[in-house]
Amino acid sequence: MAVQLAETAPPPAKASPSSSVMAHAFKDAVITGLIALGLFTPLIGFETVIIDGALGLDYRPGTLAVMVGIIFVGRLLLNLTVWSPNRKPSVRSGPTIFDRAGTTIGPAVKPLLLAFAVGFPFIAAFAMGGMNESRYLIDLGILILTYVMLGWGLNIVVGLAGLLDLGYVAFYAVGAYTYALLATSAPINDFFAGFLGETFWANWAFWICLPMAGVFAGMWGMMLGFPVLRLRGDYLAIVTLAFGEIIRLVLINWVDFTGGGAGIASIPRATFFGVPFTAGENGFAALFGLQFNPMHRIIFLYFVILALALITAFATVRLRRLPVGRAWEALREDEIACRSLGINTTNVKLSAFATGAMFGGFAGCFFAVRAGFVSPESFTFDISAMILAIVVLGGMGSQIGVAVAAAVMIGGMEMLRNLGFLNQIFGGDFDPSLYRMLIFGFAMVAIMVWKPRGLVSTRAPTIFLKERKAVSGDHVKEGHG
Amino acid sequence: MAPSPSPAAAGLPNWEADPILAVEHLFMRFGGLIAVNDLSFKVGRGDITALIGPNGAGKTTVFNCITGFYKPSEGRLVLAHGHAPTAEELARVTLIGERALVGRKSSVYLLERMPDYRVSGEAKVARTFQNIRLFTGMTVLENLMVAQHNTLMVASGFSLKGLFGLPGWNAAQRAATEKAKYWMEKVGLTDRADDPAGDLPYGAQRRLEIARAMCSDPILLCLDEPAAGLNPRESLELNNLLRSVRAEHGTSILLIEHDMSVVMEISDHVVVLDYGTKISDGTPEAVKNDPRVIAAYLGVDEDAVEEVEAEIDAEIAAHSTGAHS
Amino acid sequence: MDVFIQQLINGLTLGSIYGLIAIGYTMVFGIIGMVNFAHGDVFMVSSFIALICFLLVTTVLGITSIFLALAIVLVVAMFFTSLTNWAIERVAYRPLRGSFRLAPMISAIGMSIFLANFVQVSQGPRNKPVPPMVTDVIVLMDNNGYQVTLAWKQVIIMVVTAVLLMGFWYLVQKTSLGRAQRAVEQDRKMAALLGINVDHTISLTFVIGAALAAVAGVMYLMYYGVAHFADGFVPGVKAFTAAVLGGIGSLPGAVLGGLLIGLIEVFWSAYFSIEYKDVAAFSILAITLIFMPQGLLGRPEVEKV
Repeated sequence: MAVQLAETAPPPAKASPSSSVMAHAFKDAVITGLIALGLFTPLIGFETVIIDGALGLDYRPGTLAVMVGIIFVGRLLLNLTVWSPNRKPSVRSGPTIFDRAGTTIGPAVKPLLLAFAVGFPFIAAFAMGGMNESRYLIDLGILILTYVMLGWGLNIVVGLAGLLDLGYVAFYAVGAYTYALLATSAPINDFFAGFLGETFWANWAFWICLPMAGVFAGMWGMMLGFPVLRLRGDYLAIVTLAFGEIIRLVLINWVDFTGGGAGIASIPRATFFGVPFTAGENGFAALFGLQFNPMHRIIFLYFVILALALITAFATVRLRRLPVGRAWEALREDEIACRSLGINTTNVKLSAFATGAMFGGFAGCFFAVRAGFVSPESFTFDISAMILAIVVLGGMGSQIGVAVAAAVMIGGMEMLRNLGFLNQIFGGDFDPSLYRMLIFGFAMVAIMVWKPRGLVSTRAPTIFLKERKAVSGDHVKEGHG
Repeated sequence: MAPSPSPAAAGLPNWEADPILAVEHLFMRFGGLIAVNDLSFKVGRGDITALIGPNGAGKTTVFNCITGFYKPSEGRLVLAHGHAPTAEELARVTLIGERALVGRKSSVYLLERMPDYRVSGEAKVARTFQNIRLFTGMTVLENLMVAQHNTLMVASGFSLKGLFGLPGWNAAQRAATEKAKYWMEKVGLTDRADDPAGDLPYGAQRRLEIARAMCSDPILLCLDEPAAGLNPRESLELNNLLRSVRAEHGTSILLIEHDMSVVMEISDHVVVLDYGTKISDGTPEAVKNDPRVIAAYLGVDEDAVEEVEAEIDAEIAAHSTGAHS
Repeated sequence: MDVFIQQLINGLTLGSIYGLIAIGYTMVFGIIGMVNFAHGDVFMVSSFIALICFLLVTTVLGITSIFLALAIVLVVAMFFTSLTNWAIERVAYRPLRGSFRLAPMISAIGMSIFLANFVQVSQGPRNKPVPPMVTDVIVLMDNNGYQVTLAWKQVIIMVVTAVLLMGFWYLVQKTSLGRAQRAVEQDRKMAALLGINVDHTISLTFVIGAALAAVAGVMYLMYYGVAHFADGFVPGVKAFTAAVLGGIGSLPGAVLGGLLIGLIEVFWSAYFSIEYKDVAAFSILAITLIFMPQGLLGRPEVEKV
């Protein structure tokens, strides 16, 4: 038996005649095509259809042939180009372009990105030729910023402290339900209205509930963090996943309290610090002498989530330079060494969980006020997976990377909704939005294979003596907790 | 134990007269295996004490018990700040079930009752590891800042003051940086302050680990094979570093070491372990000539002992001439 | 009492299915230390392959003997599911071996999402019911009209599970493949130096895990008579719970854990609340990992300093 190491190097590239390269590439592509045929035959070649209440089969040889053909041609082209033995292996060392973007030109990019984010509603309105026409773009901006914020929040737990959390959506849910329940439940409303005055409470509910949502989510972060302190790695991930699912299942089944699967509707809208966005005399438009337009509220929401996201980023940057943030990173690097230096790792872990959860809670509260409706459907494991994918794709610990990753992934997913023109190619009953999650799943795999460490793999030191040098990702550990 | 013994009393060695740490009847069992078996020894205040023994003798297990990473099966570990406690004080703190008795001038800590982070944070016992444990993705300076976590945490008002940039925090941060600079100077790493710890060569990583431990202001520094993998020149520098740590900071040092040139050269007191029990305890000179030690190390009978002694002498001579040239 | 016995039978049947899936988790975790998130979806895919094959065999080939049909379906589903899992390992996990620890996990989550949506897109989002296959039952007790029954399909499930487990046990205990697996589990580099083809061994592990998941898929289809694209996640989590409860890395543990989870789920639904049966499963998972991470039959892990 041949000795073969786990990480076998590819066979040395020798200058072989192109015909043999071609033959080899062709043979390999044929084999791949055959495997694809085997893989696709059952599920693509046949379709189960329900005819008159009974299950029957439909045959799709055409689709099968197209799929296998794509795989065959794709493999052949790759064999002849990227994987060709004649191609010089690209010697890449040092930071990638993304790393440089994150550290060296980062300082220049950040203000530009920030300026773009601040000016975005106006740019959108200008580009689309009016406020009402830009509604779609601004909604998309709000969605992206929500995920940027969630990514930055989870980044504290996963990227800085190295604790793998697959149940982050739970805190998002806690934040959303905190606002939904506080603002819609009659006894609570009566209590606050009696306590603060009816109009005051009605106008300020969101702004009072926002910090409360953060505090509640942070408390949940601690509560769920406490039992998992001893767990490491994949086990921690699984338990956090379980907690996330438990919370969702409780939300579904505890109908009396949460409204069950139907959710909670008609949640009060946000106000401009007490001034409602209504057409009336006391409304926002009247106050500022503008013509009433429902878009005012949407644009305001855009700036609320932008501010919340920036607060998250600012707090994270500050915390990293404080002992608690350094302890998070030290925990990721080596927990035992931390304990040998007198650091109470229990507190460090809990503070990371709580801080991350708090920002998730803020984002959840915002979600509830934006949508005006919450239901357990919005807090599935897919959302956790999406946020985690954003953090990992961005490069764990890198803020700018996470922001770019969120924009690319959420923007990309949204674009898939709008591929209506594909109907003309594939026929009328082709629904591109069905393919969103399919492509998302595939992209997660592809991105990991392509860049396991994410877009920005370097780490910026939190303090320096002479010069700030980026730490190469090869030294940075990923934590075991 | 006599109440408040004076150091020079009755010609007692320092570790008997003024112990900083007393290990008493320590047992550590893993399932059926007894790794440490009824071990008692003392570490003198201001001494450099070496814990030696063949591979698998249980030295690192003893370290892990002292530093709180393992909970001993039985036994008492008494650490004294200030003067050593009297027998009555000790009996009292043992009986009332407290983990420490903290006084203004002197305190006593029962390490076996403390979790690891309290042993380092409160009892002020710092340690290094056999397989170096640095924060490899953080810079040298950051490593030294993390070591001052507890002080800085208080100074940053548990992050609140720091988060809002209130005064006090910046001064504390500057002071911590000064201390880190001092230790980087001391171990010759100032030039590499902003490089990741994982980038340093092996010897420098060992020195950084010691500097990091010292940044937590220990009164007892436990070093697990600090000279392992060092070349002779680096070993020599290590000796000087350890001597200066003791001389300038009054830190007592307990070390595990296989390199006899280091052990014999710098230690005041040597404890020899074999199969979890103590087989010899005394000055380096006394231990070196103890036939049981030689037998344990080489598994030879008495005949070969003289030969071995000669070898060790020669080795030490070679090292010390190397040191003076 | 009669309710109890009936639930016991139902629980053991369900537990057999979980046990078969759990083996796939436990073997992959044992050999490459990774939680194969996509395994539950591989199980789901196998039930669709079985469904299609069953329809082909009965309607197109016109085989009327249900046992012959089931046997063919079993073999075909095992083959295609193994091929699928082999390809998944090759594409999504092997390039990440020895890389960043999080990467294979994210990749597996991506693969899980991909598989579920692939089936949704290719087979449609609706439940796919099959006509009841083996409907005969044995009445064990008749207590004033409450019949305790043992369905033939339950017998089939338990017998097939037991036989396959024995064969599989032989495979990993007595053959060179099993030895190679255990060697790779202990020390991959050393195993490679001693002439074990590591890639091959890991691939085979995925193939075996998928084959057993396919058996579970066929049994699931026969038992519940329905296939659905989203039916991978929750059975997957429950099977993973079973693997953890039994002690991850331990094969008898996976089966024992599977049976226990099946019983707990059935009794919980019968005596407490059917709505919260998944909460019960997730809670057991969390409680086991927190308080008994080595499981019932696993080896405890000692923290090295």
